[in-house]
Amino acid sequence: MPSEPDVRGPLAVFGGVYSNHLALEAAVADARRREARELYCLGDLGGFGPNPDKIFPLLLDAGVEVVRGNYDDSIARALGDCQCGYTDPRDNAFARISYDYSLTRTSPRWRAWMNELPSKIRVRAGGHRVLMCHGSPRRTNEFLWDSTSSTQFLDRLARAQDADVVMVTHTGLPWVRELPGGGLFVNVGVLGRPANDGGTAVRYALLTVDEGSPAVEVVSLTYDHEQLAHEMRAERLPEEFVETILTGWWTTCLEILPAKERARGRF
Amino acid sequence: MAGLPLAAAAGTPSPGAVEQEGPSVPLLALDTLWFQVTGTICNLRCSHCFISCAPDNHAFGFLSLQEVEGWLEESRAYGVRDYYYTGGEPFMHADLPAMIEKTLELGPVSILTNGTVLPDHRVDPIARAARESRYSVEMRVSIDGPSPEMNDPVRGEGTFDRAMAGVRKLLDYGFLPIITAAQVWPPERDEEVRREFMTRLRGVGYDRPRLKILPRLKIGREQFRDRGYGPGERVTLEMMEDYDEAQLLCSSSRIVTSEGIFVCPILIERPAARMGYTLKEASRKFGISHKACYTCWLHGAICSNYGAAGRDAV
Repeated sequence: MPSEPDVRGPLAVFGGVYSNHLALEAAVADARRREARELYCLGDLGGFGPNPDKIFPLLLDAGVEVVRGNYDDSIARALGDCQCGYTDPRDNAFARISYDYSLTRTSPRWRAWMNELPSKIRVRAGGHRVLMCHGSPRRTNEFLWDSTSSTQFLDRLARAQDADVVMVTHTGLPWVRELPGGGLFVNVGVLGRPANDGGTAVRYALLTVDEGSPAVEVVSLTYDHEQLAHEMRAERLPEEFVETILTGWWTTCLEILPAKERARGRF
Repeated sequence: MAGLPLAAAAGTPSPGAVEQEGPSVPLLALDTLWFQVTGTICNLRCSHCFISCAPDNHAFGFLSLQEVEGWLEESRAYGVRDYYYTGGEPFMHADLPAMIEKTLELGPVSILTNGTVLPDHRVDPIARAARESRYSVEMRVSIDGPSPEMNDPVRGEGTFDRAMAGVRKLLDYGFLPIITAAQVWPPERDEEVRREFMTRLRGVGYDRPRLKILPRLKIGREQFRDRGYGPGERVTLEMMEDYDEAQLLCSSSRIVTSEGIFVCPILIERPAARMGYTLKEASRKFGISHKACYTCWLHGAICSNYGAAGRDAV
């Protein structure tokens, strides 16, 4: 095993940004206020939101270490789609709009930058081996939902990676699972859009590792969502996307939601 | 059965001989364990059934609660992600609720039903267990067309109305069923059929219908209903080059039946698809030289709930 860099906590871990530069800015400030020493982002930088180039200087200035998500991989390499694997025609139509917008509006400089991003980041924090990746440790675009991932399965994934703490994003919905050996498996949620709960706040995770067992807090973060909605409309992004930002309910990409998560939403 | 259109084609060469030449797929991980809980016994006799299920087909029998509990226990060490129940028609099993309750202690559950046999005394305890569990229970209801005119010739007289009533009942119990339709219509009618489905489902009060359309598997009764596979429709070694084998169900699943563990729900009538009698024995690689493997190769793990979503390599 290559030796991981030792870092001191707390660690702030952001999920998909979806071009939501206002939420990213608020998250960095919030994490600093909570004395986070290290900042990470688990990928899916573009899609959904407005003006994709705006987030990159923010990430660099704040020293955020970034994992490559499937969206970043697609945009960097100009692939045909976002690799989310939707089969529903309506979901695909909306995914197409946001993908084409992000692809044409992301400058070559940042696309080249994304092409250098690693698919995993490993650190050692407070004696714990922490693995950060996008969808799952074995597959960038695997959806790990709370209601469809058995604890024995998550434990198997963590063990296969020799990790005590695994942190992922990709689905958009945060959750925390304690593993049998005292480790943690965490979906950090996303900064890009609300958690389909009727509130406008977005989520990120704060991992505390300094003493004893690792502990995680899913932070609920408010930001200027009305300004974001304004910018999205100015960019003529679909009103369905704007509605999600303003209401907290997902209106698109619903096919992939399992029964329990789907039942909690409005649509 | 409640679901997937395929069976052994008569007059094919011995599977063992074919397997030597074709590509094979390793079990990368046992993510999904299926239970063929009612064997090939079904209250319906669908004309496209890939394992020719029927009220009088006892080729595969019921699994007992005790057997299922044993498999669940054995599965824990494999880190199984989720469990699927199929048949035949799973709701014909009196112990289905007890099985589901037990399974939900370990992980998520999917039940593949034809929606025509949903007695309250079986649905109610499953609904209660689903509400109390952290894990999802996915109800998959097979309806092969948005009207009696399209569905009933395939699934039987009156089955459209009965299955739609089943959907209504599942909604009343708090489920959001996934309607699973075998594509018995020409592909160019896909959009129109999808729209009709949505209208019909909204008509019974399903305001956010979930619909999954399955490609047809041209084996079992289906090969006589439509047509079988052509000689070129086989997976070859060349076709597996640069192919993501995680797309195939056999790389991540096995199915427990009364006659042993098979590689996938589709191939249970193939002797070569019987992998053994323990999960360990059944973990060996599998030669994907069967005709239905071609459909799976083409479309990705079609038997799973969410299409091939999340299964593309990056």
